[in-house]
Amino acid sequence: MNSELIVFLVLSLVAIATALGMLFSKNAVYSALFLVLNFVTVAVFYLLLGAPFLAMSQITVYAGAIMVLFLFVIMLLGAENLKPSNALPWQKPLAILLSVILGVEATYLLLARARSSLSVTSPDAALNTMDSLRNMAETLFSQFLLPFEITSILLLVAMVGAVVLTRAEKGAAK
Amino acid sequence: MDWTMWVEWIVKGFVLCLILLTGFAYLTWYERRALARIQVRVGPNRAGYQGLLQPIADAVKLIFKEELTPGHVYKVVFILAPVLTVVPSLVLAAVVPLGTSFNLFGREITLYVADVNVGILYLTSIASIAVYGIVLAGWSSNNKYAMLGGIRSSAQMISYELTLGLSFVTAIILGNSMNMIDIVNEQRGLWFVVIQPVGALIFWIATLAEVNRAPFDMPEAEQELTAGYHAEYSGMKFALFFMAEYQKMIVISMILATLFFGGYLGPFVDQVPLLGPVYLFAKVIILLFGMIWVRATWPRIRYDRLMSFGWKILLPLSLAIAFITATGILLADVLNNQLFFWSIPVVSIIALLVAVAFIYRDLRRKSHGRI
Repeated sequence: MNSELIVFLVLSLVAIATALGMLFSKNAVYSALFLVLNFVTVAVFYLLLGAPFLAMSQITVYAGAIMVLFLFVIMLLGAENLKPSNALPWQKPLAILLSVILGVEATYLLLARARSSLSVTSPDAALNTMDSLRNMAETLFSQFLLPFEITSILLLVAMVGAVVLTRAEKGAAK
Repeated sequence: MDWTMWVEWIVKGFVLCLILLTGFAYLTWYERRALARIQVRVGPNRAGYQGLLQPIADAVKLIFKEELTPGHVYKVVFILAPVLTVVPSLVLAAVVPLGTSFNLFGREITLYVADVNVGILYLTSIASIAVYGIVLAGWSSNNKYAMLGGIRSSAQMISYELTLGLSFVTAIILGNSMNMIDIVNEQRGLWFVVIQPVGALIFWIATLAEVNRAPFDMPEAEQELTAGYHAEYSGMKFALFFMAEYQKMIVISMILATLFFGGYLGPFVDQVPLLGPVYLFAKVIILLFGMIWVRATWPRIRYDRLMSFGWKILLPLSLAIAFITATGILLADVLNNQLFFWSIPVVSIIALLVAVAFIYRDLRRKSHGRI
């Protein structure tokens, strides 16, 4: 058993534990904090796979920016302790159904696919190692230029939408 | 990987923490003395020569102070929050190179803890994590003022993080790398502050907001919020918040010195590598004086103005600066004409003047409209 495998196993345990913690916390703020921990664990997984750029982006974007906004909303709305009566009635059965479907599919794929070759092909190492951020940037701006630009436009539209929403309507009382 | 490497890592990490902790203690002394000079006072000069033992006396006092945990707080998060504030401020320094390397008993010791290829991204990710401590402190105190302070600070930090990120981009473009050691080496001929003075200025303003220093210390505005997010904290837990703020000041000055003021570079640093930390230290002290000077002279900026300054002035300006830098370097490279390279500082300063003109016009219009 090499050290990488040990690290991976420990990390997986942490990831699962934080995910469960997020689901079962009574307080929404604690749930958010568990989710942050989960995101950080995923970032460490990326480091383990030799993708530091992805790891750091994961922390900056998800664990940092997005989750802070989540916390912000939870705190501003005072929605830390919602009573069970506020939950939607059909949500629970639907959630159970969907998770069962997901579980069955994941198990099937794991059993069917992982058997043929146990070694999972590692991601393109040349693009992700410590040395070649430049390669990654070049690929992003040449081979994947169209998806990249579409994503940027999508984000721009979202940004403009947010700005429009905050503007006072014309003729509305000031 | 042999065990000596582990020993080296642990020792270096330990030494770095020690430097930052001592730096924090003496920064409080430095700030109090400097503020006193500016306000024509004497400042702490009783304990030891020129008051040099004052930080130690303060530390002893804070450790032995009674620690209160109010009954209405969310206890786990309440205790966790100061820790979450201090840790990012300590680990930020790991990627800042203090010098090159020197020989110790035939072993090459590098003067940095981690040589991370994505060093700058590491800084941004840690900076984005650093918000949690303050937000959680505000929330877990279960108190209106603390909560408002926490929310203010998180909004402020998120807003200025964008500007900070874009100033990092400027340094990355100039240094042609995300590795801080490469960025320093790129400045051998010329410090980046000469090429991009406006970029350095924006970076400095954004970091002032990021560490909640005056004039951006809204989260702790005493008149409005008693003390902001740390209103309920006492004893060592309060000291941890205090420590985090000053350590962040030190680390951020180190980063600013590294990105724009040549880091550990200076005369004879190649012959005597141990001069590197000394040069960095000197630069950090000068930059820290700038921060203290600002605190002594400028009043706190109003919160809505702080937000519109961040979003409407600084963010577009930093975008423009990143664009100007990239275009200048590209044109100089493609057309092989150094004139474009030297137009970067000129155009940047023009952009800065335009921004200042905008602020001036906005302030004038508002003052006319409201009277």
